Amino acid sequence: MLKEILIKGFEKFNAGLNGEADNPIHAIRNNAFALFEQQGFPHKKLEDWKYTRLSKLVQNEFNIPDSASIDENSVKPFLIPELKSNLIVMVNGIYNKELSDIKGGEEYFIGSISDGAEKYPDLVEKYFAKISNFTLNPLSALNTAFAREGVMIYTGKNTGIELPVYILNLIDAQNSLPIAQPRNLFIASEGSSFKVIEDFHTIGSNTNYTNAITEIYCGKNSNVEYYKIQDDSDKSFHTGSTDVKQERDSLFTATTISWGGSLIRNNLNILLNDENIETHMYGLFYARNREHIDNQTFVDHAKPHCESNELYKGIIDDNATGVFNGKIMVRTDAQKTNAYQSNNNILLSENATIYAKPQLEIFADDVKCSHGATTGQLDKDAMFYLRARSIGENEAKVLLLNAFASDVLDKITIEELQAHLRNLLLKKLKREL
Amino acid sequence: MLTIKNLNARIEEKEILKGLNLQINAGEVHAIMGPNGSGKSTLASVLAGREDYEVTDGEVLFEGKNLFDLAPEERAREGLFLAFQYPVEIPGVSNINFMKTAMNEIRKHKGEEPYSAPEFMKLVKEKAALLGLDKEMLSRYVNVGFSGGEKKRNEIFQLAVMQPKLAILDETDSGLDIDALKTVSNGVNSLKSDNNAFLVITHYQRLLNYIVPDFVHIMYDGKIVKSGDKELALHLEEFGYDFIKNQEVGV
Ligand SMILES: Nc1ncnc2c1ncn2[C@@H]1O[C@H](COP(=O)(O)OP(=O)(O)OP(=O)(O)O)[C@@H](O)[C@H]1O
Ligand SMILES: [Mg+2]
Repeated sequence: MLKEILIKGFEKFNAGLNGEADNPIHAIRNNAFALFEQQGFPHKKLEDWKYTRLSKLVQNEFNIPDSASIDENSVKPFLIPELKSNLIVMVNGIYNKELSDIKGGEEYFIGSISDGAEKYPDLVEKYFAKISNFTLNPLSALNTAFAREGVMIYTGKNTGIELPVYILNLIDAQNSLPIAQPRNLFIASEGSSFKVIEDFHTIGSNTNYTNAITEIYCGKNSNVEYYKIQDDSDKSFHTGSTDVKQERDSLFTATTISWGGSLIRNNLNILLNDENIETHMYGLFYARNREHIDNQTFVDHAKPHCESNELYKGIIDDNATGVFNGKIMVRTDAQKTNAYQSNNNILLSENATIYAKPQLEIFADDVKCSHGATTGQLDKDAMFYLRARSIGENEAKVLLLNAFASDVLDKITIEELQAHLRNLLLKKLKREL
Repeated sequence: MLTIKNLNARIEEKEILKGLNLQINAGEVHAIMGPNGSGKSTLASVLAGREDYEVTDGEVLFEGKNLFDLAPEERAREGLFLAFQYPVEIPGVSNINFMKTAMNEIRKHKGEEPYSAPEFMKLVKEKAALLGLDKEMLSRYVNVGFSGGEKKRNEIFQLAVMQPKLAILDETDSGLDIDALKTVSNGVNSLKSDNNAFLVITHYQRLLNYIVPDFVHIMYDGKIVKSGDKELALHLEEFGYDFIKNQEVGV
């Protein structure tokens, strides 16, 4: 079983870390692992895991790779065309310096989290594993136990990173059944800004597992745009959590696109920790064949005068399953909150399933909150209209689904990324990919 | 061009077309009038291929082909066009992209190369001008936020771009003010030729002053109960459908 493999793996991994005891990342490993060991993988009796079962995951004989290298040529096919970026290539969850290409700058840091911990020990001490609370989430604890060479981004006060940071996560499933556990920490100081893309792909046809955690701290009046794109193979398992804390006057936008993987479970947790904060959460998922894609979002309004806005769209075909669970918490203090959520799903086949659950918990009385969830088939009248104008059935379907998904893709502000995703979507809808 | 013989059709167990006959030749304009619920839109939908309707008897030949062997898109590619009574809004699909996709399907069917972007824009601008359609409407989503009149104009604009052999206009005149009616009618008239035909469904004689029909048919309870020339429409305008109803009861 996977848990036993991880226990052995952790002993070996820990033994290899001699001399890093002072490292703030290292200091909490043992605690984190103990927690994972005690709780194990989440099981279906937990309310949040009712529709997503990990039984198919844990029965695999995975390997924990300690190093990995791939050649430059196998990276190229995955790169987003035309995109000028600070490129970071992660292989099996480990930062690969040779394949990365960071433009660099005086006022910010982009590098491995271990280099970051050397350069900015106080910052890492202050934020690492503080935004993600691993005591509540065994998968986060597991990731924390193995955390080592993820990405750290830090922007100094009133600075910005001109080009987006593009983190290409490759998992090498050619010769083994790898587990990757990328662990990232992004810190935007007061008045600073950056855009970051996490893009996940698989090389090879073996079963593989990614358990990812990203922590994001949005300082006062900062502006962070975060993209997570999941385009793994049909043998890929992905569990991941993006945990965000926003300070006063900050603006944070998350866009999550999931359209490749055997099982995907995303958590997006955002704490609005002060006043006048703005938050946007956009999501698009397209599940086909036997894929299972689960998005859980939690936006926690703790203080007054904040606004959150959420739009998730799902297309589910064949025997696939989608899950959307959007929780909005408005605490007693959070008067004058505006919180909007909308989730629309299209089922394309009789065997496709969606579990959609909006969850509003409102404890303040002077707020504006709304949510809407729709699930349906393709609009029959629109289909007929298109066909009556000579557009074939398949083409009409593609046109309508593409339009449906556009609401989310339209929001992307990195032009090359947007064009790339539009193009991918079309190919996927036409089943060319 | 179109031959309808003893057409019977129903929706959800309800018989709506009950033995309808009609012959339309190239170069002709036919008008169908008839009270609400008599089955006019049903006829249009059955001809265009809407799947909700079940044809229970009869046959329809379009340019010698059995219409019911063809999927809706194939009928359109063969040159059948329906201007909808209630055009559908399609958010997220721009009018121009929609028209381009449609046109290129037709061209492919004819074995022609797709339009180049400038060629297509030229065609579209010319037809938009003909119908007095604002250029801005081309880039908007199909029918989304269009007024009733704009939707109808957009239908005829599509007709002008696609140049079908047989155009069925289902109450295109309803909801148009008199200026819009004139523009739309002029558009239709300018498309008329010896090679195409029009079937115009309307409640109002007003339209037929502009698009002058060669034949007028009165539909009642799923059948054509009376046919004549344009004088029949004038008669209807004056006396209403009562004389038909009385006749029917009498039969
Ligand atoms: N989905 C349906 N289920 C049951 N009956 C229907 C359905 N659609 C249409 N009908 C009925 O079929 C009959 C014919 O409708 P149709 O729309 O063809 O009439 P019409 O002549 O076009 O009327 P109008 O002048 O009002 O446009 C009506 O009685 C209508 O109620
Ligand atoms: Mg009608």
